[in-house]
Amino acid sequence: MKVFRGLLDQAKPHFTKGGKLEKFHYAYDAFETFLFVPGDTCTEGTHIKDGIDLKRTMFTVVFALLPCLLFGIWNVGHQHFAAAGEFPALAAGFVEKLLLGLTVVLPMVVVAYSVGLGIEFAFAIFRDHPVNEGFLVTGMLIPLIMPPTVPLWMVGLATAFAVVIGKEAFGGTGMNILNVALVARVFLFFAYPPYMAGDNVWISGDPSRFVDGYSGATPLAVAYSGGLAALDKSYSLETMFWGAIPGSIGETSVAAIGLGALILIGTGIGSWRIMLSVILGAAATGLLFQVTGIRPYSGVPPHYHLVMGSVLFAAVFMATDPVTAAQTQPGKYVYGLLIGISGMVIRVLNPAYPEGWMLAILLMNVFAPLIDHGFISANMKRRNARALQ
Amino acid sequence: MAQLVRDSAIIKLTHGLNLKLLGSAPSLRLALPPSATFALKPVDVLGLEPIPRMLHQVGDTVLAGDPIFASKATPEVIFSAPVSGEIVEVRRGAKRAITEIVIEAGRHVDFRSFPKPRLESRDAIRQILLASGAWALLRQRPFNTFADPAVTPRDIFISCFDSAPLAPDSGFVMQGREEAFLAGLRALGALTAGNVHLGVAPNSIELFSRAGGAKVHTFDGPHPAGTVGVQIHHIAPIAKGDVVWTIKPQDVAIIGTLVTDGIFDARRTVALTGPELTRTGYVETRLGAAVAPFLIGNLKSERVRLISGNVLTGKKVQPVGHLGQFDDQFTVIEEGDQPEFLGWLLPSYPRPTLSRTFLSYFLSKREFAVNSNPHGEQRALVMTGEYERVVPMDLYPQHLIKAILFRDYDQMEGLGIYEVVEEDLALCEFACTSKQPVQRILREGLDWIRGEA
Repeated sequence: MKVFRGLLDQAKPHFTKGGKLEKFHYAYDAFETFLFVPGDTCTEGTHIKDGIDLKRTMFTVVFALLPCLLFGIWNVGHQHFAAAGEFPALAAGFVEKLLLGLTVVLPMVVVAYSVGLGIEFAFAIFRDHPVNEGFLVTGMLIPLIMPPTVPLWMVGLATAFAVVIGKEAFGGTGMNILNVALVARVFLFFAYPPYMAGDNVWISGDPSRFVDGYSGATPLAVAYSGGLAALDKSYSLETMFWGAIPGSIGETSVAAIGLGALILIGTGIGSWRIMLSVILGAAATGLLFQVTGIRPYSGVPPHYHLVMGSVLFAAVFMATDPVTAAQTQPGKYVYGLLIGISGMVIRVLNPAYPEGWMLAILLMNVFAPLIDHGFISANMKRRNARALQ
Repeated sequence: MAQLVRDSAIIKLTHGLNLKLLGSAPSLRLALPPSATFALKPVDVLGLEPIPRMLHQVGDTVLAGDPIFASKATPEVIFSAPVSGEIVEVRRGAKRAITEIVIEAGRHVDFRSFPKPRLESRDAIRQILLASGAWALLRQRPFNTFADPAVTPRDIFISCFDSAPLAPDSGFVMQGREEAFLAGLRALGALTAGNVHLGVAPNSIELFSRAGGAKVHTFDGPHPAGTVGVQIHHIAPIAKGDVVWTIKPQDVAIIGTLVTDGIFDARRTVALTGPELTRTGYVETRLGAAVAPFLIGNLKSERVRLISGNVLTGKKVQPVGHLGQFDDQFTVIEEGDQPEFLGWLLPSYPRPTLSRTFLSYFLSKREFAVNSNPHGEQRALVMTGEYERVVPMDLYPQHLIKAILFRDYDQMEGLGIYEVVEEDLALCEFACTSKQPVQRILREGLDWIRGEA
C-alpha cells in the first residue's frame, strides 16, 4: 500500500497545475482513485454518504460475470477438442481445454478492455472530466457475447465503434440510449455476418480437424430445422442446462448464468423485475408457439427455449443495464415483458435472424423512455386528481 | 391511561432508512456553562434578501424580543433577539451578505413585554407574532420560505417526531412545556382557515394526542416518516397554488408562551449528539446559541466536523459559530479526509449503507461511527430505483431531479416539486451511487420555479 502511495505521490506533480503532463490529469486521476478512495470530504448537502459507489457497483457485475467467463473459457476448449474427437468426455482433458480456452478468450478480453478504456481515457482527457467506470462491465460483456472464432481485430473495431458511436457520442456513461456491448455485437452482425452467424463460427480451431460429419450447429440451429425431434437426438436438456454446447463464449451455461443472477439479485445491483419479466415474456411466447404448432421449432416447449441460445444471458446481464432499461419500477415489468416477447418472435418467426435478443433489447432500449413516459404521465395525473379533491 | 385520540388509522410507510449512528443523546440534561453569545442567521431564512434591513446596529443593547432585522420585500416580517444583551458583531459573507448577527448575552434574560392578545382573534394573534419576531418560526410550503403574512394558509402541519439520525426525542424535549404547547396550538388554529395537523409516531407521548382541536395522524415507518413534507403528502398533499405552514413542536411552545405571557421566550432544548462527542445529552439553551460550551472537554479528536442540525440536512459550523435558526440538534462526526486503499473494494471499516454489497447492510441493529468521506466521486446518474427506495411518497424523485437539471417547468410541476423540500429528499443524496448533490439541485429548482412564478 505504501508502495503505491509513494509512486502516486511521486508522479502527482507532473499531472497537477503547472506540470508537464497537466493535460493528462484525469488519466492519472483514474489510477489514483482506483487505488485509493480520495480523502475528500462532503462539501455540500449531506455530511455522510453511503459506501456504495459506481466502482463497487461495476465490480460486482464483473464478479457476477466470472462464472460465465470461467465456464466459457473451459467450454471453448471443450468444443474445440470434442469436434476433433479428442477428449470427448466432459471430465477429460480439463487442463488442456482450459488452456486452449484461455488462448482464445483472454486475448479478446485484453483487446476489448484496451481499446475501450483507451478510447474512454482519450475522451476524458479531451473533454476534461474524470474517467467514468461504465466500461469496466462493457469490456467484460463484449467478449462473452462473441463467437469464439471472431478475429481479434474485429473485436477491437466493434469495441471502438460501440464506445464512440454508442456511448461517447451521447455524452458518455449514464447518457447512452443503446446497450453498449450490444452495439458492438450488432455492428459486427451487420458488417461481417459470416463471422457472427451460421454453423461454422461456434467452434474454434481448423474445421478440417473436425471428425467426419461433426457439425458445429448450435441447439438453436438444430431445433430450427428439425424441431423437438431433431433436438432430442443431438442435445439433451441436461447438456443444454450445464452448457457444454456450441454458442457464444459466455452464454451457454444456465448454471453459470444462474449463479451470476443470484449474485446480482442478492446484492441488489441487478433488477430481478427485468430478469423475471424477460423470462416470463419469452416463456409465454414460446408456449404460444408450441401450442399453435408453428413450423420452425415445432413442438419445442418453453423450458427448452429458455436453455437454448442467449435468452438467459440477455435477461440477466444485458436487459438489466440500468442506464438503457426502463427507469420506473412498473416500467421495468413492461420493458422486460416486451423484450421477452419480441426476442422470441424474432427467434422463431424471422428466417433471417437465428437469435433475437440482441435486436429485441436494442429495440426496447429505444422504447424504454416511452414506457417510462407512460408511467410518469400516470403519476402526474394522479397528482392532479389529488389536487382536485 | 388516558384515551389517545387518533383521527385516522396508522399510516404505515415502508420506504426509507433509519440511520443508526453512535452517539445518540441519553434522556438527561447536561449541566453546561451557558453560551456567551447568541446569533441570528439571515442565511437560514429562505426567501430573505442576502442583506436584510437592520433595525438595530452594532453596539445597541436589546431586550429579548426586540426587532433586529426585517425583510425588505415584506417589512412586517421582523426577526427578533432571542436573548437580551449587546449586539457585538455583524458577520458578513460573499458580496457583503449578512451571515450572523451576534448578541452577547447578559447575565439573565430581560424580556420585552408585548400586550397579550385576545385569544381566538386571528388579527390579534397575527399582530403579536409579527411584533415579537415569533413569526419567523413559521415556514411556508411550497419552497420552505418564511411565511407570507398576506396569505392565509390552507392548513398548518406540525411533525411531532424527528426521525432523522440522532434526532432529539420530542417526548423528552417537551417535558414541562405541555401547557405552552397546547396554548400555541390554539393560537395557530386561529391563523388558518383549515386544520392544524399533528404527525405523531406510534409510541408518541400523550401530549400530542391530546391535541386540543388539532387533527392527529400516526405515521409508522423509517426516516423520512418524521419529515413534515412526507406527512403532508399523506394527509393533504400540496397542489399548485396551495400554501401551508409548518412549525416544530418546541416553537409551538414558544408561541404558546408568547400569547399567554406576552414575552418572546426563545427556549430551545438542544440534543448534543454524534460519535465524536465524549458526553452526549440535552442542553437547555436558546435559539442561536454559540456552540463553544458544547465542545469544552467534549471532543474525542481534533479532526471533527461540527454540524448544526443532523448529518443529512444540517449545516457545518465553526467552533466559534452558532446554532441555526431552526435547529434543535448538534452533531459532531469525524472528518473523513484520509484516503482509503482500495476502499471501494475492501472497506476498512463498517459504514451504514443501503447496499447489499456490504456486510454492514445485514448488521441492522448496529450503531455506526461515521465520517464525512463521500466514499466515491460524483458521476452521471446510472443506477435507478435507489431514490425511490427512500422516498415514501407517490413521487418519482430521480425524474424530478432530472427535470430540474434540464429546467422543464411542466415536468417539475407535474412531478411534485411543490410537495418536497431538501429534507424530504436528503436520504436520496445519502443513498446515491453517483454522489449527485440532490439537495442542492432541488433547491436550485425550487428557487427557479419561485422566480418564474
